[in-house]
Amino acid sequence: MDITELREHLCGQYPDLCPLFSIEFGDGVLLVTSDRLHAAARDLKDLGFDRLGMVTAVDYGEEFELVYRLQSREMRAGIFVKTRVPRDEPTIDSVNDLWAAANWQEREVYDMFGIVFDGHPDLRRILLTDDWVGYPLRKDYENPTIIRRPDYL
Amino acid sequence: MAGVDDLAKALESTPGGGVILTSIDAIADWARGYSLWMMPMGTACCAMELIAASFSKFDFDRHGSIPRPDPRHTDVMVVAGTITHKMAPAVKRLWAQMPDPKWCIAMGNCAVSGGIFYYDTYSVVRGVDEFLPVDIYIAGCPPRPESLQDAILRLREKVRAESISPSRVRAVEGVLPLPGDPLRGETDDAAPEGSDA
Repeated sequence: MDITELREHLCGQYPDLCPLFSIEFGDGVLLVTSDRLHAAARDLKDLGFDRLGMVTAVDYGEEFELVYRLQSREMRAGIFVKTRVPRDEPTIDSVNDLWAAANWQEREVYDMFGIVFDGHPDLRRILLTDDWVGYPLRKDYENPTIIRRPDYL
Repeated sequence: MAGVDDLAKALESTPGGGVILTSIDAIADWARGYSLWMMPMGTACCAMELIAASFSKFDFDRHGSIPRPDPRHTDVMVVAGTITHKMAPAVKRLWAQMPDPKWCIAMGNCAVSGGIFYYDTYSVVRGVDEFLPVDIYIAGCPPRPESLQDAILRLREKVRAESISPSRVRAVEGVLPLPGDPLRGETDDAAPEGSDA
């Protein structure tokens, strides 16, 4: 399967998202709802995306956006899968059963954003200490030990 | 070190004991000053400069400073890099494993004060002197190996000015005496230089 076929296949599969999907430059973006994420990830893995490059998240205030970077050695293509979860209940299915690389990446996202990955075998903090309070990469994170940079610097 | 202190006291109070004391000091300080083996506590980019210092271009072996992987073999801990709150207990533990006498060099801005991580950071210790007694600070981000070389040479001056008798320790220019050191006046902490008090 080459990139054109992949695009047609994905547009057939996700017709409502087709305008958002462009893979001409090797980096497509696929937006899915959070309940479809695991199914979409499984589809993409079956299509040949055999490598999970990274998992990360973005804080957009009301909701978090999760970003998965998938790569295919066969097609020499990369694709971003993005989904959003609400801030008050940040829960998403783990893709650890598809790519073992997700294990530590999802732990890091949990560590920094507090997003809970359902089905993760070992979801605990990875970079910060186990007794850490709060999730530092959230925009509303407060910690009294932080010294704010003065305006003149 | 109680035995050494008693020895120093006994020698000081004995007529002619000072000759023996200074001879012991001269031998001990000479031996210590020329074999400052390093505990390379490299946690960030400063570690690259620290590694470069060991190799042939700078060749710290000629100063007697050899990096050793085991803290129990070493005399001077070179903290080269950012120390996070999670890393700090491990650094403290390695420091505790080093046998006395031991010295500490804070290499680079992160180890000196937190550096670029001073502001707006939740995870970084603002200077390794918050939990270690630092002898020499090296500024730079990262400092070149020449700076580390200068630090080693200055530290040697400090080591060679030491004595087993606390009253005979000499001050060395450019090297800060530690808190509790008899060379450090009690007013130093209360009134920093330039203040009116």
